[in-house]
Amino acid sequence: MNDVTNNIEWIEVGKIEDIPKLGSRLIKRAEGDIAVFRNSENEVFALLNRCPHKGGPLSEGIVYGKTVTCPMHNWCIGLNNGEAVAPDEGCAPTYPIKIEGDTVFLSMQPDNGCDK
Amino acid sequence: MKEKLILIGNGMAGMRTLEELLKLEPEMYDITVFGAEPYPNYNRILLSPVLAGEKTIDDIILNSREWYDENNIELHTDSTISEINRVKRTVVTEAGKEFEYDRLLVATGSNPFIIPVPGHELDGVIGFRDIADVDTMIQSAKDHKKAVVIGGGLLGLEAANGLMLQGMDVTVVHLLDSLMERQLDQPASEMLKASLVEKGLNFLMEAQTAEIVGDQRVEKVKFADGSEVDADLVVMAVGIRPNFELAQKAGLHCERGLVVSDTMQTFDPRIYAVGECVQHRGNTYGLVAPLFEQAKVCANHLAHLGYGRYEGSVTSTKLKVTGIDLFSAGDFSGGEGTEDIVLKDPNGGVYKRLILKDNKLEGAVLYGDTIDGAWYFQLMREGTDVSEIRQQLLFGQAHLGDSGHGGQNSAAAMSDDAQVCDCNGITKGEIVFAISDKGLFTLDDVKSHTKAAASCGSCTGLVEQILESTLGGDYTAPESKPVCKCTDFTHDQVRAAIRDQKLTSIQTVFDTLEWRSSDGCHVCRPALNYYLISSWPEEAVDDPQSRFINERAHGNIQKDGTFSVIPRIWGGKTTPDELRAIADAAEKFDAGEVHITGGQRINLLGIEKEKLPEMWDFLSDRGMVSGHAYGKALRTVKTCVGSTWCRFGTQDSTQMGIDLEKLSWGSWMPHKFKMAVSGCPRNCAEATIKDFGVVAIESGWELHIGGNGGVKVRATDMLCRVTTAEEVEEYAAAFVQVYREEARYLERTAPWVERVGLSYVKERILEDEAGRKALQKRFLISQNIAQNDPWKERAKGESAHEFTPLKVVGAGI
Repeated sequence: MNDVTNNIEWIEVGKIEDIPKLGSRLIKRAEGDIAVFRNSENEVFALLNRCPHKGGPLSEGIVYGKTVTCPMHNWCIGLNNGEAVAPDEGCAPTYPIKIEGDTVFLSMQPDNGCDK
Repeated sequence: MKEKLILIGNGMAGMRTLEELLKLEPEMYDITVFGAEPYPNYNRILLSPVLAGEKTIDDIILNSREWYDENNIELHTDSTISEINRVKRTVVTEAGKEFEYDRLLVATGSNPFIIPVPGHELDGVIGFRDIADVDTMIQSAKDHKKAVVIGGGLLGLEAANGLMLQGMDVTVVHLLDSLMERQLDQPASEMLKASLVEKGLNFLMEAQTAEIVGDQRVEKVKFADGSEVDADLVVMAVGIRPNFELAQKAGLHCERGLVVSDTMQTFDPRIYAVGECVQHRGNTYGLVAPLFEQAKVCANHLAHLGYGRYEGSVTSTKLKVTGIDLFSAGDFSGGEGTEDIVLKDPNGGVYKRLILKDNKLEGAVLYGDTIDGAWYFQLMREGTDVSEIRQQLLFGQAHLGDSGHGGQNSAAAMSDDAQVCDCNGITKGEIVFAISDKGLFTLDDVKSHTKAAASCGSCTGLVEQILESTLGGDYTAPESKPVCKCTDFTHDQVRAAIRDQKLTSIQTVFDTLEWRSSDGCHVCRPALNYYLISSWPEEAVDDPQSRFINERAHGNIQKDGTFSVIPRIWGGKTTPDELRAIADAAEKFDAGEVHITGGQRINLLGIEKEKLPEMWDFLSDRGMVSGHAYGKALRTVKTCVGSTWCRFGTQDSTQMGIDLEKLSWGSWMPHKFKMAVSGCPRNCAEATIKDFGVVAIESGWELHIGGNGGVKVRATDMLCRVTTAEEVEEYAAAFVQVYREEARYLERTAPWVERVGLSYVKERILEDEAGRKALQKRFLISQNIAQNDPWKERAKGESAHEFTPLKVVGAGI
């Protein structure tokens, strides 16, 4: 576990307060934007900003519990695992998040085996 | 240590209760189930199609043994419980094994009533209750020829039909002079008998069974009048008796059934009971829909939630004999104060009788043409006042004219490849397959498995009818649906709580109404946010995170993630300066397309989200505000040029449009809301398909309500005529406000008006002057807060985080 952690390259993305509670902010990048979510428990999650259904921007969805609902066709995606909630099937890549104090760090290496 | 829950009776009612419980509290109990039959839970209602050879046993299994394993339920089949020991809190099996419980659920169902005539214990005399009976019948059909079914009720006729299809020569014996006398009146019963005779069944009416004769196996049935008929098999289907012997032996209070309260508890509060074995408020039930309602309530209490109540059920009946359409529901015994509406066409094979009392539908008997059964049943359950539709009532829902129901009742007649859900491309065949293959029972099940009715929802009625026709008596449309899976409360209950208890934030609603999930979900949060800000405009704070993205970002999100920008053009009247500003904005902010909308506005498409505030600032500087084309809000007021230019114009419709738009812009609504003002009855502004339409006439203005274009076109209802422009504004404000206060979230004016009735709206707006003025006043108070241009606010920096990325990595894009 430590080995893996040590090999991860962390990028500082901002303060936890910068992300609205039950909301999301975007990390823009050429390879596809990453949406960073904050839930009511102050947990932070990162997903590729593409719904596995038809590519809708998950960052614009409504957040509750550990789920975001895509604004395009209401697919519900798990924030912690990127998996679509049954009976829908599919997944969005998730990215590791680390919080130190109130600062949020992100790694660009997807960690749920969904990086197609 | 988990509490132990024991279920006695592995049938539909008990198992449905466990399924409902697992949905609420999957981990609360260690569950053990005892069933006397050797099978896992199966669909007893479909025994008739099994007997008729239309289905197999495997087809009707509801919960496989794997299902029990997956849910950690210990299943004992072939295992009858012979004793409940309430002191030790144990149950004892026939084999003498003892099991402890903390809570016990009794669902022992019912037994067929066997008439105790001499010979009733001979071989070949059976009931029609379980798979073993069906096996016996199918076996008998192979070796024997003649069958007698005693009992001309629902069950008896289905048994007779099945035996006939298995090749037997069947005689139905009935004590009374008409078949299915509990469900059908005399004329319908006669028609039913005639068509069953034509199919090949024989009938002996008013025949009292005296004796069953035979040595080892049955040979004859003798009647009280001395006549007799040969028989190799006798099926007794004269009724069922709630099976409460075990409960009675344990000292639980029983009358005609095991007596339960509204919480499905017996007189021992640790012991619950559901299904055919219970007696609730003096009634026993033998159909499946009430059992499912009981199951839901019982599960609610087993899960320690404690707010469900069972208050009894209205039931309906459908005969599952292929080729015969028959439906009955409610009370059709007639009596004082009731009226009948009857259509009788014996040669055409159609009979319909509706029983009305106090302008409400009390009962319905349909034969030959049952397509409207579900609709009548719904009117009955909801207690709808039918006085305005009584002239068309008998002809069914399709004949209600332009009220938007057209095409809704064709479920049974549709072919399998007909598309039902036009949004997701789902055919009837796919829905039917999913219902039978996956064992679906509810609209929500069908929505999540097939996506039918999960988008625009306009096919919901059709999907419910397909459920109804696929499941037969198993499906009952829920009377009023909960807001979402987070709660059991309906929209109306939630709104009443917000109003009556002065709840002003989403969190207090969650706390007060004990929401099941801490943050709600994407379905309930937008609804709650709307109910809060519309009920308490001055107190409740809008929650942007509970709004759909379009309302949060004040633009319409497009399929590529860009947004559209539609500035308001008051009353559809614009100027060269405004057009120049729009043209400049389109160029400056790279609009991918410029489109004229149906509501007389200009749509600038393909705008990057990050550019929105700057673009709004640009438009704002040139005097333009948000058009709210993205919201559940007042959209546009469309007009024609009216008397200023038009040679036919009778009033200044353009100015009226501008005034109405100035009055109502910025207001949040249950759904989008559109208006139009036409300058003469030629109605060029199409005011009669708007939520609120105004048509100028020589003597003043005609006001129309409840219209829409869209998926299901509905022309408006005429509300009234008024003479002055002030009256138009007063009535418009009052109508908007009553809709805002009382319609359910996402319910447009058209279905709302159909639900509450035009006469109700007239009562509120026309007949109650003080009430109308109070509504207008409440609307104006709310508008004081709502009429701030959201674009200008954001151009000045509000919610900046919404429009800027948290970070740009590398070169960005």
